[in-house]
This record gives sequence, structure tokens and C-alpha cells, in this order.
Amino acid sequence: MPRSRMVFWIFFAPVIMWLMLLIVLPLCDLLTMSFRGENDYGDMVWTLQNYINFFDEPIYWLTFVRTCLYAVVTTVIVFLLSMPVSFYIAKLARARVQGALMIMLLLPFWVSELVRIYGWMILLRESGVLNFFMLKIGLINKPIEMLYNDATMIMGLVYTSMLFMVVPLVSVMESLDDSLIEAAHDLGAGQWTIWRTIIIPHCKPGITSGSIVVFMLVLGNYLTPNLMGGKNSLWFTEQIYNQFIASFNWNQGSAFGFLLLVLSSLIIWSGLKLTRQKLGEVAS
Amino acid sequence: MINDLSITDMVKRFGDFTAVDGVSFDVPAGSFFSILGPSGCGKTTLLRMIAGFEEPTSGDIEIRGGSMLGVPPNKRPVNLVFQHLALFPMMNVAENIAFGLKRRGVDVPTITKKTETILERVGLPGYGTKQINQLSGGQKQRVAIARCLVLEPSVLLLDEPLGALDLKLREQMKVELKKLQAKVGTTFVYITHDQSEALVMSDRVAVMNKGRFEQVGIPQELYGKPATPFVAQFVGDNNKWSGKVVESDLEKVRIETDEGYSFLTKPHGACSCGERADLFLRPEAMLIEPKDRSGLNVFEVSVKSILFDGANSHLLTTTREDNELIVSLPQNHRFDHIEPGDDIAVGWHPDSGICFGAEE
Repeated sequence: MPRSRMVFWIFFAPVIMWLMLLIVLPLCDLLTMSFRGENDYGDMVWTLQNYINFFDEPIYWLTFVRTCLYAVVTTVIVFLLSMPVSFYIAKLARARVQGALMIMLLLPFWVSELVRIYGWMILLRESGVLNFFMLKIGLINKPIEMLYNDATMIMGLVYTSMLFMVVPLVSVMESLDDSLIEAAHDLGAGQWTIWRTIIIPHCKPGITSGSIVVFMLVLGNYLTPNLMGGKNSLWFTEQIYNQFIASFNWNQGSAFGFLLLVLSSLIIWSGLKLTRQKLGEVAS
Repeated sequence: MINDLSITDMVKRFGDFTAVDGVSFDVPAGSFFSILGPSGCGKTTLLRMIAGFEEPTSGDIEIRGGSMLGVPPNKRPVNLVFQHLALFPMMNVAENIAFGLKRRGVDVPTITKKTETILERVGLPGYGTKQINQLSGGQKQRVAIARCLVLEPSVLLLDEPLGALDLKLREQMKVELKKLQAKVGTTFVYITHDQSEALVMSDRVAVMNKGRFEQVGIPQELYGKPATPFVAQFVGDNNKWSGKVVESDLEKVRIETDEGYSFLTKPHGACSCGERADLFLRPEAMLIEPKDRSGLNVFEVSVKSILFDGANSHLLTTTREDNELIVSLPQNHRFDHIEPGDDIAVGWHPDSGICFGAEE
């Protein structure tokens, strides 16, 4: 059927072009760049030096480990916060309230992340709103610097990524039959046991897909750690940025970029293996 | 005799709506009690209050003599078999059955032994490792019941558990449930809108309508001596005439229907002369072409169509005034000659009809 095949290609071509021109080709270019470097005479040659640098310099891989750990911590916090929130939206709220709550969750995302982070900075900085009120009511007698530390940074990351956990959790919880919860209650289970044995196992696909999205977003986030984390909070994306923009070492930068891609995929793969799940099941 | 379950004056209101309105009943230990009613009559609410998912507005629930008010569902000695069974899809059959025992902290060897015993008892030996979605409808049913019975509840509540099954399986499960109940001896409280389920399985049946019990009795009583017009219409098929009482004494009344027939029948309660009344008559009470017509109410009808359904066949007939009347058609080849369009005589004994004062 040549005609239907042509129609297929007409609709498929933009997708292919998009993938090839904007994702595959630049990545191929970055990949080749990451294996190139100057030798002692200043000539460009093929080399593994860019990758060796990552493992040789503790600052690089320590930053990566730190970034990963914080990403995991953020994901766990987001999960713990999202479970009750999603349960309330999916099961307890009335239909009309449900829609309003979802919109309230979505609304902040209509504003750019940069603006939202500056919003937080206005609230939290030394001369900010929160300090002003705490001074006013006499809770403190000297302003506290609440910005530029790891706790604030994690709070910011949790705030920016929570929606991406709540949405899959709400949809998966809506498919949970209420009578399962009642049956468990009837058979003698208390609240905690119902969460552990019924709700969480049922929500597993939503938890996994939400966790993957949140983990990847946090790992690849640049704005929040940079603005709220201050000078001491090194984030791996900042290292990549520094290589490209500050040191103008594109070869090193692309090597870091690829390491981030490979290592984060590895972490997700091992996470799926640990919880005995398959990516296909989670994505569907 | 100790009652496993006794309900006193139970009322449940949701805002302005009264779902359960002053219901009282007792269920003796080891009996099969059914609550029969149309959908929306409050029977599910009543059951959910016994299970503990709803708190009654007023009234008391006692199980084996102890009041259950304020006791959460997980602390009550009753278990509920849900309408759609609510088996846990994330667990296999054995884990489903062991769920309640684990919550009680029973040790693993005992759990394994009890699970095997109960699976054998419901006729599913060796099914422990199967997943829920591998089971057929009837098997799921039995697992759901086993999951509750393994906890040895004082009362087992069943919320229309046969509703989701196909007809053939439903007939089969009816008999099986009855046998199972006799075998384990647990008190069953069963709610359904299907009168045949209630009549076949139960020791006693309560007919519920608009939040109230219309009548409580053994199945034969409900069918043979309905206490209210609702019971007469809801339990089994019935033909209904409206008319006026023209003669009355304690034993018999003569009622003249709006179509002009004059029938002698049995009254329920007092029906005084000149009052409006409704007459109910079962399809099988009418004899086609009766040989001995003395003492019978006899009249002519014309056959509209034959509703053949094996032993449960009926004739759809119309009276002179075009009112439909269902007459049962015995399958003994005596009436094989009847065809649509024929005029036949039907007769019935005054004892088979029952007459109620008309509802306002």
C-alpha cells in the first residue's frame, strides 16, 4: 500500500527530524568531542584524558556523589510528602475540591522556575519577609540568614519537583478500589498496615515513574542549587557549566555531560533491579 | 438461645435522608439470615453499620451480647464479603487468606495449616500459590469467603457476593453457599436484591423497603402469607387488581374489581365494606380450564403470547378490558393445544388470593 505508507512518512518525518537534528546529532557531536583533547604539542588527538580527569580529581567525582546523594534524599522527601497529599486528592477530597486542588498544584508551574526561586529568595533572605515578621513579633532579635545552605536548597528542590510525583501518584491511586482498603480494615489491619500492604504495593508503578522523573529533574537541575545553595553547595551541573563557559573546555564539559547521562541511567537501572521492576511496566 | 447478632432500633441518617429507619432484628447463632430489598432500600448501609464502616445515628448493635458501638471494623468479630469481593490483586491466594491471621499475629506454621484447611473446605485444595487473576469467578468467590471464614468470625456478612457472576454459576453457588454454611456453622447475614437467592438459601428472610423492615419470616411465610402489599409484589410474581370491597366477614371478602369482576378472597387484616382494596394473586394459583368449578372464581381471558421457560413457563393473557395477567403454564402436555389468540377460562380458589386495604 504505497499511499498509506506515504501518509505514514509525512506524519513521521517531523518526529524523526526532531529526534535526529535536535537530540541525536548534537549528542553524537558531544560524544566525539568528549574523546578529543590536546596533546603536549597542542594538537587535537583522540584521548580518554577527559574521562580520566573525572576519576583522578576528587573534586569532580565527589561533587557527583554529593549531587546524587542529595538527589536521592530529595526524591525520598518528595515521595514522603506526596503520598498523603495524593491520597487526600484522589480518595478523600470531593470531586469539585479535587479539581481545585490539582489546579492549585499546577498553578505555580505556569511561572518560570527562575521567578519561583527568586520568590523564595525574597521570603528567606536576611532582609526578607520571614525575617521581617519574626523580628516584628520578637521571635528573634537579629536577622537569620536562611538562604545559601543545603537544607534550603533541598527545600527548593522538593518544591520544584513535587508536582512530578503527585500527578502520577494521584492517577495511580484513583485506580485503587476503595473496597480493598475497607476489606483490609475489615480483616483486622490498622492504618499503617493498610498503607504498607495495600496502598503502597498498588501504587508501585506510580511511585517508580514519579521517582525516576523527580530524580532526573533534581540531578539535572541547575537554577535551584546555584541560586539557593550558594557558594559551598557544588552541584554537578555547575561543573559542566563551568567547563563549557568559564574554562571554555568543551571537551571536558562534554565528557562530564556524558558521565552524568550514563551514571544517572545506571542508578535508575539499579534502582529498578533492587525493587524488581521493569522499565516497560513502569512506563505503560 | 444466644443471638449472635441483635440490632435494636437502628437509625441512620445522611443529612435529611433516612437510609435506615428504626430497624430491629435478632439472628440466632448458626442461622442463615437474609435481608432482601430493592436497590436503594438501605440494606447496604445496614450491613456497613454492622461491619463498622458507618456509625448508626441511633440504636444499638450487639454481637454475642457485647455492644459494638464505637468499635472500629478491625476490632469487630465480624467479617464482610464485599460485593466485588475485594481480593488483594498484589497477593496470591494463600497470602490473601493469611492476611487476617497475620494481622492477629498468628505464627507462621499455624497460618500455613489454617490456610490449607480452609482452602480444602471451600473446595480449592492446592490453590494457595495461584494469583488472583488466574482464578475464575466462582473460585474468586470461594477465596473471598475463605479469607473471612479463616478468621472464625461470630457473624459473616455477605454483600450481594453473587451479583457479578453469570446466571448458571449463580445457581450453582447458591446451593454451595448454603451447603458451606451448614458445614461450618457460622452465622451468615446475607443481603441481596435477588429474591430467589434469599428464598433458596435462608433460614429467615427480612424484606426491606425504604429503610424499614416490611416483614421478617421464613421463606415460605413471605411467599405464602405476605404481610404487606410491598412484600406481595416484591417476593415472587403477582398479579394485581384494584377494586372495592362489597361484602366482608372475618374469613372472606368479596371484592368487585374496577373491571367489573366479582371475586371472593381472603383478606389480610380488616377490610370493611365500601373501602378500596388491592387483590394479589400468584400466577400458579390460577388453574387453566378447571374441571371442577365449584367454589372457584372463574373468568375468561384471551391468550396474548406464550412465555416458554421450561418448568417456569407462563401465559401472558389479557382480560376483556385489556389488562395483562400472567398465568403459569404447567408443562404436562395438557395445555399444548393453547395458542396465542385463544380464549380460555381460568379459575382460582378464594384461599389463594390475598387482599389488602388500598394504599393511599
